[in-house]
Amino acid sequence: MKAVDDVSLEVPDGEFLVLLGASGSGKSTLLRTIAGLEHPSAGTIRIGGRVANEDPPRRRNIAMVFQSYALYPHKTVARNIAFPLEAIRLPAAEIREKVEWAAQLFGIDRLLARRPRELSGGERQRVALARALVRTPTLFLMDEPLSNLDAKLRHAARREFKRLHEQTGITTLYVTHDQVEAMGLGQRIAVMNDGRLQQIGTPDEIYHEPANIFVAQFMGSPPMNLIPDGGWLTGFHPEDVFQPDGPVPDGHYPLPITVQQVEALGADALIYGTLDAGGAELIFKQPARTSGGLAAGQSVTFCVPQTMMRRFDARTGLSAGKG
Amino acid sequence: MAAARTLSLRQRDTRLAMGMVLPAILYIVLLLGIPIVLAVVYSLNDVTTGSPAMRFIGLRNFQGLLATPDFARAIGNTFLITTCTLVGVLILGTIQAELLMRPVRGKWLIRFLILLPWTAPASLSAIAWLWMFDSTFSPLDWILRGLGLLGHPGALFGDFDNAFWLGRSGLALFSIILVNVWRLLPLGTVIILAGLNGVPRDILEQAEIDGAGYFRRLFHIILPMLIPVFGVTVLFTFVFVFSDISTVFILTRGGPANATQVLPTLAFFTGVQGGSLGRGAATALFLLPVLAAVSILILALIRRREI
Repeated sequence: MKAVDDVSLEVPDGEFLVLLGASGSGKSTLLRTIAGLEHPSAGTIRIGGRVANEDPPRRRNIAMVFQSYALYPHKTVARNIAFPLEAIRLPAAEIREKVEWAAQLFGIDRLLARRPRELSGGERQRVALARALVRTPTLFLMDEPLSNLDAKLRHAARREFKRLHEQTGITTLYVTHDQVEAMGLGQRIAVMNDGRLQQIGTPDEIYHEPANIFVAQFMGSPPMNLIPDGGWLTGFHPEDVFQPDGPVPDGHYPLPITVQQVEALGADALIYGTLDAGGAELIFKQPARTSGGLAAGQSVTFCVPQTMMRRFDARTGLSAGKG
Repeated sequence: MAAARTLSLRQRDTRLAMGMVLPAILYIVLLLGIPIVLAVVYSLNDVTTGSPAMRFIGLRNFQGLLATPDFARAIGNTFLITTCTLVGVLILGTIQAELLMRPVRGKWLIRFLILLPWTAPASLSAIAWLWMFDSTFSPLDWILRGLGLLGHPGALFGDFDNAFWLGRSGLALFSIILVNVWRLLPLGTVIILAGLNGVPRDILEQAEIDGAGYFRRLFHIILPMLIPVFGVTVLFTFVFVFSDISTVFILTRGGPANATQVLPTLAFFTGVQGGSLGRGAATALFLLPVLAAVSILILALIRRREI
């Protein structure tokens, strides 16, 4: 059983790369292998151009933030942040200075005397980041660092990660299963499935030019619609459709559907329907105010600009470019 | 039925709860409460096994004890044996547990063998140890003689053919501590092993990435995180050894010449064999405040360090 198979990935200096995949896709294993916590059965790991396969984790000068934050429960915040510096035997005065600097950077200087159990989830995360950053690593590894936070904090933390990366310019590998996080944070995204790399590219490329059906269906919420069309699958994102005022304009693909269900989500509404020709199940996403009149059982024609449509080979699942 | 119907649900719950708790209360009162009260009563009276008559003499039993050199010696021995056993169990237990954490083939067999001394009845194992420490046929002596450490002039363990493990006061104390460590090491190891297993893998990996080598991880992360576990080990070992009578009773019966007398054996010899129940009860009661104090102290420590 291989958790990660034949993955080749190059991260340029200073990049923020997101590894995106469902649980069990091998993204965490890949990260742990880079950290040196797992040993690859084949292949090379280079960090800063140097082969690091035989280096134990502590020689790789990397920092990692675990999902659980893995703070040392018996140490104060100050001692937690100081730990990586103590390990490289920095003089005490220098350690104190750096700890204060890192604490200030994350606004946790008033928490330095506390122990982890006295901190909130957001504070713990900041401590973990401060500890990771204090040694100025060459590579930052983050394993789902936001999944223990509630939705509101997560939003703030995303902005903070971005700011942090812009300030420090440290190469960052960030693992997540959350595509919104991936789109928002990554300069590039590597989508993984079944231990294999599916596609690597900018968020825009991943979203608009998915390399295969897996990526197409993984990105976006709800996922891309796929309509079988002979040996091909035609795909388009749920939000790219609209209801034409009159007849379907030129260069647009008509989508006559029977509405099954309408779900109002506040700003948007999801329209579930079946295509009249062929009966494919489709999901459309429309601004709530334009879909107010729709109800289940209604027949209605939507259309999608042909420039927004993508074609996939139904047999191989690979993208064949624009529809 | 009529009576049952007039009871509210809450009253019925209370009645059921009482019924459930009653056996435990009875058990504690009969087997622990009454003997302790009885011991207190005896200790304040002049009682002998010979007659049921009791004569109240206040604290004279305790005053008498404090004046006896044997009593002072027993207290000293009790603390010495307990402390040395504790230190031995903690150090060896940590080493053993740490070794048992590693992936080794046949780990279950090693764990089983390590647990064995604990499952053996105390009297049985003490008798085996009696042979090990036998004044003439001790296998330990064979080994020492074979190594040239015993039985010739200038040898480390003396120029006699035998070491007389239980016959010389210092060696006898050492032997008792050795047997106690042997008996309690399995329990200590298992408790510490459980603690080691409870250290989250994330934290160890984080420490590894943070640049900590093996010893830094051990002394700065693992051992400090195990302090509550050590507290439990100390508590168990202390209470067990402090109030244990079997090792000393079977190995030396307090000898030679009271050199290994501990509080439980002294209480037994004075109270039951010597017949002065009052004096014996006073001796035994001396264990109580010490055990209580140690328990409270350690439990408080564990609670403070709880994570």
